[in-house]
Parts: sequence; C-alpha cells; structure tokens
Amino acid sequence: MTEPDYLNANYTLRSWFFTTDHKRIAILYFASLTLFFFIGGAAATAMRIELATPQADLVSDDIYNRLFTMHGIIMVWFFLIPSIPNTLGNFIVPLMIGARDLAFPRLNLLSWYIFMLGGSVTLFAILAGGIDTGWTFYTPFSTLYSNSYVMVAAAGVFIAGFSSILTGLNFIVTIHRLRAPGLTWYRLPLFIWSLYATSVILVLATPVLAITLVLIAVERFFGVGFFDPRIGGDPLLFQHLFWFYSHPAVYIMILPGMGVINELISCFSRKQVFGYKFVAWASLAIAALGFLVWGHHMFVTGQSLLASLVFSFMSFVVAVPSAIKVFNWTATLHKGSLRFDAPMLYALAFIGLFTIGGLTGLFLACLAFDVHATDTYFVVAHFHYIMVGGMVTAYFGGLHYWWPKITGRLYSEYWARAAAILIFLGFNLTFFPQFVLGAEGMPRRYHVYPPEFQVWNVLSSGGATILAAAYLLPLLYLGYSAFFGSRAPANPWDAPGLEWQTSSPPPEHNFDVQPVVTRAPYQYRNFEAEPQNA
Amino acid sequence: MPDSPAVAPQFASVSHRDETAELGMWVFIATEVLLFGGLLLSYFVYRHAYPQGFATGGRHTEIVIGTANTAILLTSSFLVAWAVEIFAAETRRLTAGLLAAAICLGLAFIVLKGIEYHGEYEEHLVPGIDFRFTGDLANGVQLFFIFYFIATAIHALHMIIGIGLLAVLALLCRGAPSTRHRAALHSAALYWHFVDIVWIFLFALIYLPGRSTS
Repeated sequence: MTEPDYLNANYTLRSWFFTTDHKRIAILYFASLTLFFFIGGAAATAMRIELATPQADLVSDDIYNRLFTMHGIIMVWFFLIPSIPNTLGNFIVPLMIGARDLAFPRLNLLSWYIFMLGGSVTLFAILAGGIDTGWTFYTPFSTLYSNSYVMVAAAGVFIAGFSSILTGLNFIVTIHRLRAPGLTWYRLPLFIWSLYATSVILVLATPVLAITLVLIAVERFFGVGFFDPRIGGDPLLFQHLFWFYSHPAVYIMILPGMGVINELISCFSRKQVFGYKFVAWASLAIAALGFLVWGHHMFVTGQSLLASLVFSFMSFVVAVPSAIKVFNWTATLHKGSLRFDAPMLYALAFIGLFTIGGLTGLFLACLAFDVHATDTYFVVAHFHYIMVGGMVTAYFGGLHYWWPKITGRLYSEYWARAAAILIFLGFNLTFFPQFVLGAEGMPRRYHVYPPEFQVWNVLSSGGATILAAAYLLPLLYLGYSAFFGSRAPANPWDAPGLEWQTSSPPPEHNFDVQPVVTRAPYQYRNFEAEPQNA
Repeated sequence: MPDSPAVAPQFASVSHRDETAELGMWVFIATEVLLFGGLLLSYFVYRHAYPQGFATGGRHTEIVIGTANTAILLTSSFLVAWAVEIFAAETRRLTAGLLAAAICLGLAFIVLKGIEYHGEYEEHLVPGIDFRFTGDLANGVQLFFIFYFIATAIHALHMIIGIGLLAVLALLCRGAPSTRHRAALHSAALYWHFVDIVWIFLFALIYLPGRSTS
C-alpha cells in the first residue's frame, strides 16, 4: 500500500473537475494546453507545407489568412500566456513557498473553467469559418471590413483574459501572504520572483486588452465606434491600446521561462545563481519597463518621430535587465559542477536561443533598420526565437525537471535528451532561415512568394518537420513514463528547494509538517557528494 | 461573535485568512483601474482632438440627473462605510438595514440612469442606433456619446454586480454574522467605494465639459 498522495487520493471524475487542489488544477491546465499546443501547431504545419513552394498549391490566400490568425490566437492566448504560470506555476508555487495551496483555491478552479469557456468560444469561431484579421485584430479591417468571425474570436480572447487576471491575482496574493515561516523575499527561489513579476503584468495589462476588445465588439455590433475613421475616429488608437497590452504580454510569455531557467541552471551546475538580487530585481524591472515600449511596434505607422525615438531608447533600456539575466546565468555555469541531464540541455538551449532572439530584438528597436524589416520574416524569426526558442524550450525544461515531482515517475533520460537535441536542431533549421528571408525582404503573411526565396523556405519547412516530430516525442515517452515509469524518489536531483522536501507525488495538502526556512535558496551539494536519498 | 469553525489549510489563522481576502480585493481593484484607464485614455485623446465637439456633447447631458446620481452614490457609499464600522453580532439588524438602504440608493441610481438613457434616445443622441446630430461638430459629439454610453454602461454593470454583492451580505449579516462575513463585507465595501470613485471621474468628464463656456 502506497502513501496517499494527491493523485491516488480519489479517482472519480468529480474529484478532478471540482477539485480545488492546485496540483490537480495544474494537471487540468496541462491537458488543455497540450491540446491547444497541437491545434496551434497543426495550423503552423499547414502554413509551412504551403510555403514549401512559391505557388499556392495547398490553400488559397483566404484560407492562409485564417491559418496564421488561428495559429497566432491559439498559441498566444491559449498556450504561451498560460503555459508556465498555469501549469508549472500552479503546481510548484505553493510547494516552493511551503504553502498548502494557493490563497484562493476556488478562484483557481474558476480560472480554469473560464479559460476553457474562452477556449471553446475561440475554437467555435475557428470551426465556424475562422478569423482572417491576424491575431492583432487591427482596425479598421477588423471592425469595418472583415467578414469573418471577429466578434466570436474577440469574445473568446476576452473571456480567457479573466482567467489570466484571476491567476495573476491569486499568485500575487499567495506570494505576499502564504510564504512559509522564515521564507523572506530574498530567500525566495527566483522562479517565484519571475512569476510575481509576470502576475503584476497579468493584472495590470490584461484589463486594457479587455476594454479594447469591448470597443472592437461595440464597433462591429453597432456599426460605429471609437476607431471608425468615417466619424473622425483614429484606427491607430486601437494599435496603441492593443500594444499597451500586447507588448507587456510578450514579457508574460518570457518571464516565467526565465524563472524556470534559474532553477535548472543552478541545479545542474550545483551552484547558487550568480548575483541573486540582480536577477530578482531584473524580473521586476522588465515588468515595469515592459509597459513603456509598446510604440516600437508602430514605428512605421506615422507616430511622431519624437515618440519613436523615446520608444526606441526605452526598448534598448528594457534589454538591460534581460542581459543581466543572461550574463548571470553564464556566470553561474562558470566553475560549476555541470551535469547535462535533459532539463539542463533545455536550459542551455534557452540561453543561446533567447540571446539570438533578444539581440535581433535590438536590431528591430533601431528606427532605421525597423523600417526595412517591418512586417518581414525577420520579425517573425525574432519573436519565434523568444516565444518558441525561449518560452517553449523553458516550458519543456521545467516540465522534465519537475516531472518526477508531478507524476512520481521517472522519464527516460535517453529519449528526453534525444528530444531536447532534436528540438534545438529542428527549431534553428526552421527559424534561422527566416532571418535571412526577412533581411532579403520577404514579407510575412503571404502564401505565395517569388521563386528566389524558395531555398530558404524549403530549409525552414524541412526544419519544421523535424520540430513537429521532436515535439511529438515527449508526448510518447512522457506519456509512457506517467503510467509505466519507475517510481521517483522525493528528491531525484538532490535539490534544496522546498518542493523537493515533500514526497513525490506530494500529499493532498503538500506538507505533513509546516516547513520552516532558515537559509538562502540554491544551497546545492555536488552530485559527487553522498546522495541524500540513497 | 463566533469564528467560522475551520480555516482552509493554507491559512494559519482566521485573521490570516481575512487579511489575505482583503489583499485579493485590492489587487482586483488595480485590475479595474486599468480597465477604466483604457477607456479614459480614449476619452482624453478625442477630447484633445475635438474640444468643441466634446464641450457641445457635455452640454447635451442631463446634469440634474447626473448630479443627483452623484449625491445618491456618495450617500450609499457612506451607508456602506457605516455598516462596516458598526459590524457586530449585537448590531446585525442595523447593519443589514444600512446595507438595504445602500442597495435602494444603488437601484435608484440605475433607474435614474435608465431615464437619462431614454431622454438621450428621444433626442436622437444614441450612436449606432439613432444619432442625428449634424453640423461641423457632429463627429466630436458622436465620439463623445460613444464614450458616454460605453463608460456609463460598463459602470452600471459594475453597479449591478455591487448591488448583488451587498444583497447577499445583507442577508448573511441578518442571520448569524461571523468574522468571515466581516471580511467579506469589508471587501464588498472596497468594491462599492471603487465603483463610486469611478463615477466621480465619469461625472466630471461627462457632465461638466462646456458648462462654463455656453
């Protein structure tokens, strides 16, 4: 007879769908997000197949518009934004801070139901015929001209926004109020700092998207609104409001990834994170400065040159805390006792890919270069290096790292390393050619292109095939591990974090005895030292 | 006053739970500030672009109803604050009575708002449904009224939610009030005051422009 844990405490459907246990809610999110990830991925696959040849041979221009819109909306709002916070965050945050649950467990469950409602409405919009505005809903096309299901999709995103807000609220309150005795702010793992910064953005930026989508819906429904140029309204005001949300949303999509990387890098080099306080405050600096750079999406819209200069400058400033993190991770590796388990491979991939994505972001923050690169594949490659090369890689890294804690099972290290390497290779082959395409002037969002671009497009589509296969691999070996993997010990990585001090998988209320914290985080012992759980 | 028997396992004590709930409401209010903030930004952009149109639009609003509604909301907030202040087992009838009075004032606000909307409909000032303002200032006036209807409708929606919250709490307080209800009342009161503050901004932005220059 095994000890009762959160997984085997109860097997009924009711115990899953009405659970208030943060760990089970994390699993609910994990299942839903995996579904959305593969839906969004299917749209991307269709696009890459179409782009293998210069002509239109698979889909028409109209269908192509709907494909990239579906890919964007699903991936941004139904995978990337909730990815790490709502799965790994939901599961790990209370464990990491020594709490028995989040502050508002029922709100947490409500947040999942709202998310599923928003996701269902969006899927309905896609199945009913799709949306052709791009994920950005730019006016006046979205309000006056598009004949697709804009209002339904906007409603789906609007609803999902409340889920984001409630999760952010729950994390902020939990981190403020439920830390274990002795767990001061500077003893918090950096994952918590980065999720705290993420939550601040979720709470302060998402409502602006909500009101903007309301304005779009009003305008479509009543035929007149704020962004209507026929009555003197300004369609660019929409872009300002949209990017006031959506640029900080980029940081919602990368900060949690950065948080995971801290945990992985320190664990697999057996060292404290170099410059802990700098890394911690860099998260908050990114959250704050991230609100002041939205205009860099609008350099070619005719906004004033002064505004563009300021936004350009601020975009360089926000790169400083990001660079601090990259340098500090590298310094953490220095003279560390390194081990290259699968999570570490993902972490190292993250550092490289994020650096490329970040530096090309600086290219785009330069006014003159941006005029050349706006709406080209250079931009597409840049943000995929951050979103996929960064966030998705970190998501997989974190998933492997905490997998033994979540499921109580070990995964196949051999397959996990193979998948990590394949993802890295496939990713670069997919997206690096797109930098070249963009620099040579290929615009995004077209289903046909001049024949001279074909070589790079074929490379990219070939890479996408590898990437798609590599993303399916974890589904197989992690799926196998969840049911047939060998039992994981409580602390397979010999890590000092509180989440490793309870059993794997944890009991329903996480800790049998309330943990008390007496020291700074990341006090690792070398792998060679006598293992704790022998 | 009896404590609620059990505290959820993530809390160390009743006060820990109640203070946590209050922080949750403050964070929620921060979200709400940004929701209305996006709307107010649009208002200022267009007021800056169409000053005459907005002044004319402001003069077409019902300042008597607007002022009456401001007084009504401020009074209801006062009653809610009073209810929070005296909350105790011995004063539960008075607490429930104060909340009921605040609810009545809230309903009066909604009714007056409806009368006001009807008046604007009669005057053909509802963009998208029946808007017949012509002349040089038509665009500015129409943008003003688009803001007016969206902002006041979203505010009224918040009022209705608030009235629902206060009604539930009035019923709970009439029964057997506990410290848990005190915390809930505290949070609901915060929300009610916030909705009140939003109205004070809306009042100044909707009813006052153009009044001194006509």
